[in-house]
Amino acid sequence: MPNIVELKNINKIYGENTPNPTQVLFDLSLSFETSTFNSIIGQSGSGKSTLLNILGTLDKATSGDVYINGINTQKMKKDEISKLRNESIGFIFQFHYLLPEFTALENVLLPFKISKKPITQEIMDRANELLDIVGLTDRKNNLAINLSGGQQQRVAIARSLINNPKIILADEPTGNLDSDTTDQVYDLLRKINQTYQTTFIVITHDRHIAEKADRIIEIKDGRIHLDIHKNTTKKD
Amino acid sequence: MKLAFSIAWRFLMSAKKQTIVIVLGIAVGVSVQVFIGSLISGLQVDLIDTAVGSTTQITVSSDVDRTIDLNPGEISLPVITDQNVASDINQISNDLVYVTETLDVIGFIEKDGIEKQVVFRGFDLEQAEGIYKLESDEKLVYGRMPEAADELILGIDFYNEYEENNINLFDENNPITVDVRRQGSNDLVSFKVVGFFDLGVKALNNAWGIGSIEAARSIYGIDAYYISSIEMQVSDPFLAQELAAQIKNELGDSYEITNWMDEQASLLSGLQGQSISSLMIQVFVIVAVVLGISSTLAITVLQKSKQIGILKAMGLTDKDASFVFLSEGAILGVFGAIVGIILGVGLSVMFVTFAIDQTTGEPVVPLNIDPGFIVLSAFIALFASILSALLPARRSSKMTVIEVIRNA
Repeated sequence: MPNIVELKNINKIYGENTPNPTQVLFDLSLSFETSTFNSIIGQSGSGKSTLLNILGTLDKATSGDVYINGINTQKMKKDEISKLRNESIGFIFQFHYLLPEFTALENVLLPFKISKKPITQEIMDRANELLDIVGLTDRKNNLAINLSGGQQQRVAIARSLINNPKIILADEPTGNLDSDTTDQVYDLLRKINQTYQTTFIVITHDRHIAEKADRIIEIKDGRIHLDIHKNTTKKD
Repeated sequence: MKLAFSIAWRFLMSAKKQTIVIVLGIAVGVSVQVFIGSLISGLQVDLIDTAVGSTTQITVSSDVDRTIDLNPGEISLPVITDQNVASDINQISNDLVYVTETLDVIGFIEKDGIEKQVVFRGFDLEQAEGIYKLESDEKLVYGRMPEAADELILGIDFYNEYEENNINLFDENNPITVDVRRQGSNDLVSFKVVGFFDLGVKALNNAWGIGSIEAARSIYGIDAYYISSIEMQVSDPFLAQELAAQIKNELGDSYEITNWMDEQASLLSGLQGQSISSLMIQVFVIVAVVLGISSTLAITVLQKSKQIGILKAMGLTDKDASFVFLSEGAILGVFGAIVGIILGVGLSVMFVTFAIDQTTGEPVVPLNIDPGFIVLSAFIALFASILSALLPARRSSKMTVIEVIRNA
């Protein structure tokens, strides 16, 4: 299967121009295949969030190249990157990050509105369908602040899907949810992965969750420590 | 743009109290500006009207002495003899609203052996009414305007002075006849006194007599065309200087042209001082408004940094992120301006309605509510609001997703 995301020799150094620069990622190369469900695990401070931010073009690598859909993002202009993010990548963050001033439905529609395409009945139907998938049809007109944590996280998932992105990046998407809700959310992500063939890259600290993925990558001290494909185990 | 605007709108509406406070802040600024502006401009209009509204604003006279053949004898005076001058001036500009030829005679008025010096002013009475507003402004305190060449009206002091000597100069139904002679001549000409005026200036009330040009000629005892000066009023008094220069250009050097702006330079500089101080007040009000909005919006950017971060993560461009806050500035400016104008005009109307002079029933200070000025104030407020949103907008544009995520 083709690679949808590819990292080549990524180094990330914080405080490069200070007396004590900190290198977080060391010459890291990694690629992800289309339609797979991948998890990244690692202790806090291992560099896994930095890795995800670089993958999602939210942060820039100090050196190395990031290819998304075969395009090198290191050389793209800011606006081009914004467009790429808008069209190809969906984000789910630990703190769900909905816009509290907007309703659940409006939050779901925001990435589409950012693309500046006209709102059609088709996209409204899609937004409603996504809210239906995450089980929030009856809450779609509630303001985001009036939803519970689990509900907000589910809205964030629906939002990440509205533009039909090829990749979904999730950073501890269940980090502040209870275990029942956590299971529900993962089942949901899995279902979406199977239905829409969306590639998932999910950071989690929960091994139980990680084991449900097609592939588990463990990051330790800024390097790949383990890379386990289901059925096959490969040690770096 | 549309997206940025709708996000801005939602941000503002989600913090209604804060929005109302900012809008009120702008509104107070705009209303002060509208009120102060209307007040100062009202004061100026009133002052100018009082000072030069009922007098000549540009005067054309001859710069060279000419001989008047008196038959017998002759005198030399700076008079205009060219009959076309008045009509030439009339054609220079439509802003010259009243133009009257005048023929002045310095002489004496005599009744029952009592003589009093008079400056007899012969006017084109119809045009002169436009300048001196004797009838329309109720300056004619007794009687009526002269209609025939043997009729005149006098300043109110003539009436009072003769009254002190037990001589009555006014009889409405049967006008009193007085004799007038030119200084340096003993030829008496009889006039009927048909009215008295009060120009509000002692020197004029004590000296002027007004009649037709024909009447003035009859005192000289001449028939030929001689006039002392051409007096005129301008539609906008502040055009006087410019129009005077045009007239000078047209007529050449043998004429002397004076205008009120040169003659009353101290009044003019006083008015300018007032304008400048009013402008300064307005500028400082705007600066205060800009600082107020700017600091509030700067706080809003911080409050909304999380939202801006999410929006950017979802692909909002830096430009659109800055438009969000520019839109907030514009929305606040529009509402602030609208509320401010309502407040300002309301305040002005209240001022004119309630602060009235008990004796005349007129407002103590007449306000000049100029729609153009109000529209200008509104646009300044709008512009200031957008301007004060620039820094917050820039900040929002520079904000990166990563710093928002890390600080969460």
